[in-house]
Amino acid sequence: MAEPTLTLNGRTVAFQPGQTILEVAQGAGVYIPTLCYMKDTLPTGSCRVCVVEVEGARTLLPACATQAAANQVIQTESPRVAAARRMVLELALASGNHNCLICEANGECELQALAYRYQVPTPAFAAPPDTPYYFEDNNSMIVRDFSKCIMCGRCVRGCTERQVNDAIAIGYRGSHNKIVAKADKTYIESDCVFCGECVQSCPVGALLDKNAIGQGRSWERTTVRTVCPYCGVGCQLEVHVKDDRILKVTGADAVPNEGRLCVKGRFGWHFVHHPDRLTTPLLRKNGELTPVSWDEALDYVAARLTEIKAKYGPGQIGGWCSARITNEENYLMQKFMRAVLGTNHVDHCARL
Amino acid sequence: MTNSIAELEDANCILVIGSNTNENHPVIAARIKRAVRFRGADLIVVDPRRQDLVKFAKLYLRQIPGTDIALLNAMMHVIIRDNLYDAAYVAERTENFEALKETVAAYTPERAERITGIPARDIEAAARMYAQAKVASIVYCMGITQHTVGTDNVKALANLAMLCGNVGVWGGGVNPLRGQNNVQGACDMGGLPNVFSGYQPVTDEAARKKMEAAWGVSNLPAWVGKTMTEMLPAIHAGEMKALYIIGENPALSDADAHHAIQAMQKLELLVVQDIFLTETGKLAHVVLPAASFAEKDGTFSNTERRVARVRRCIPPLPGTKPDWQIICELSTRMGYPMRYASPEEIFEEIRTVTPSYAGITYQRLEAGGIQWPCPTEEHPGTVFLHKDRFARGLGMFFPVEHKDPAEMPDEEFPLYLTTGRLLYHYHTGTMSRRAPGLVEKAPECRVELAAADAARLGIAEGDTVRVRSRRGEITARATISPKAVAGTVFLPFHFAEAAANKLTNAALDPVCKIPEFKVCAVQVTKA
Repeated sequence: MAEPTLTLNGRTVAFQPGQTILEVAQGAGVYIPTLCYMKDTLPTGSCRVCVVEVEGARTLLPACATQAAANQVIQTESPRVAAARRMVLELALASGNHNCLICEANGECELQALAYRYQVPTPAFAAPPDTPYYFEDNNSMIVRDFSKCIMCGRCVRGCTERQVNDAIAIGYRGSHNKIVAKADKTYIESDCVFCGECVQSCPVGALLDKNAIGQGRSWERTTVRTVCPYCGVGCQLEVHVKDDRILKVTGADAVPNEGRLCVKGRFGWHFVHHPDRLTTPLLRKNGELTPVSWDEALDYVAARLTEIKAKYGPGQIGGWCSARITNEENYLMQKFMRAVLGTNHVDHCARL
Repeated sequence: MTNSIAELEDANCILVIGSNTNENHPVIAARIKRAVRFRGADLIVVDPRRQDLVKFAKLYLRQIPGTDIALLNAMMHVIIRDNLYDAAYVAERTENFEALKETVAAYTPERAERITGIPARDIEAAARMYAQAKVASIVYCMGITQHTVGTDNVKALANLAMLCGNVGVWGGGVNPLRGQNNVQGACDMGGLPNVFSGYQPVTDEAARKKMEAAWGVSNLPAWVGKTMTEMLPAIHAGEMKALYIIGENPALSDADAHHAIQAMQKLELLVVQDIFLTETGKLAHVVLPAASFAEKDGTFSNTERRVARVRRCIPPLPGTKPDWQIICELSTRMGYPMRYASPEEIFEEIRTVTPSYAGITYQRLEAGGIQWPCPTEEHPGTVFLHKDRFARGLGMFFPVEHKDPAEMPDEEFPLYLTTGRLLYHYHTGTMSRRAPGLVEKAPECRVELAAADAARLGIAEGDTVRVRSRRGEITARATISPKAVAGTVFLPFHFAEAAANKLTNAALDPVCKIPEFKVCAVQVTKA
């Protein structure tokens, strides 16, 4: 049976039954803006920024939550759609204190990008400037600034659907809606396990990695894809760096983690810059470990290994590879032990 | 892992045994919880502690520590008795079924209940749930392996999986979760006493000849070396004089750590290469400062055999060198020049001598990680193992019998001690205990006690308690936790000031030489 088709901005596009209009558009390379939509979670269609015009439909339909149907005729950027989106964005901007000047998300904020794209003016119905907003800064990992929150719900779905940690929910009703953690306590007092999925899910600057605040704009940072140094899952990291300092770590959208991290991967990198790091070789002299040059240390090790091998034989020397070093380094270590020292007493901590 | 992490979401039943997945492998736990919540998978959790994942389980079986074989054999007993096994799979793809049948015949659920403490009806229910699932996955970790019967435990899991046709299928498998970022790679690269890279035995002359040719040497040793856990007693016995340790902290991580420290103090040469001055480094004659993961290029191999690029994010801290450069410089000084321009050049050599890595290149890894075996550059990598046939041809059932742990509670030491990790820390804490957020969440060692035990011993939350075994004692504050089950206390091993491994038993599994970290007998008193 031929694949069903629909018409997207005048183009005939084939699709798989069950796909949403948003998925069909993404597959066809047609941009539809989103805010509340998030991969690997159930669509809620709550923000209405992805609305499109479908011929015959009474209202504009949210592309993220509407299944594509055969022979639909869809407009993704008609004047009616653009006007609706402008209104949705204006309401979102009115719902808080969106001051981009000092906002950490400036440059990567999805609301800011859409306000620019649709040239949304200063909101006409903004809350008065002295409106109080919830602000939480009582732990060393995550800051919550609800003056920026647009109630898209992505943090909640990240927590309950992507990580299934169930630490936060949408609490209260109507205009009192607020993201709450365990009976509206702070994160540190709640069941939150600080995986930071909510921070990574947040399209604006309402949930922030505290380490990076004020440390550099998104365009001043470079990101490097690497692998987490903790457990064996091998989560792919984006390490955000400025001036040779790590500012924060986020989950890369790649196998096996597809954006997810745990508290160690996201907030456990400080050891790299810790003042306790060894920065010089040490050699025991008169019973004390004493700083020496690399040459002195390596010459000493080479000479002692040579002596011990000559005196006792290679079977009296052992070497431990490590689960912390790279494949290349492990390979070289066992090669060194076997080919140079002549011993198979090679192992690492797999059993511990 | 025989299968891949992402496949867990497609399993119809997941048996988690000896793994505190939610704390030790949280991102894999997310997959398991998603399978339960969104795909209707049945979750069975078997663990001496009522860990967080139990909230998602259809069945929680609490076994007495060290009795997994009795449980697994009894599950197989039920599956065979009620004809729930995959007879076609057993006939076509396995051998030695009759021997398995004979062994498990003696493990009635009632007998297993007496050994494990798990009600017979729960054993029956677990057997049916696992066997009747279309595809079932087994996830395990050190709770299975760190026993004197660790190897037999793994065999019992393999028997169960094969019995139900769950090996070599999407979403199934027997899936050990590797605890450290590159423990898989360290094994793959020959960081073991009996094999070169790619598990090529040192006792195989052809393998030795191949390595000799590649490395330009002759007379590579043909004898099997000692494991770490064997090297320490050898030092005590005066049979080893020098040890070169990279990135390990046995003074804290070894069972009966006090004994390990004494061993290292006897050495004529102890070289420790690490990023911090660890407890082990403080015992060394020479300490070499290494660069951290963020400061070098290379590859790690994860628990699902996926080789992925490690990329340099920042330059090495002044004064440090990447481990590969240190080894090269040392080797060159000893008359065997190693002059690699980059880790990629080393990887190219690895490919030529390691068939399972032969098809992987740095260029290919730019598009994402690749799972070995990957024999050629055209090969896409292997998502799950043993498809259509086992590596050895037919899958072999190895029937195993229950044996008690090496040390059981008695009058003087009436409680079981089991050890493990916390969500917020990692191994000996050298990395995680230097992160402010992680320290904020888990600042100190807590002895985890069940309410019943605490009440009997007159211990309140936060009291300082003394935990004593035949090998040593520690003091730490107590926490009364719903995770603990009466009769068993839990200690994390991250904390040097209350080192759990002063207490643990260095009794080894006879085959793989893993210490019995998960079971020993202790006494707890208010300090």
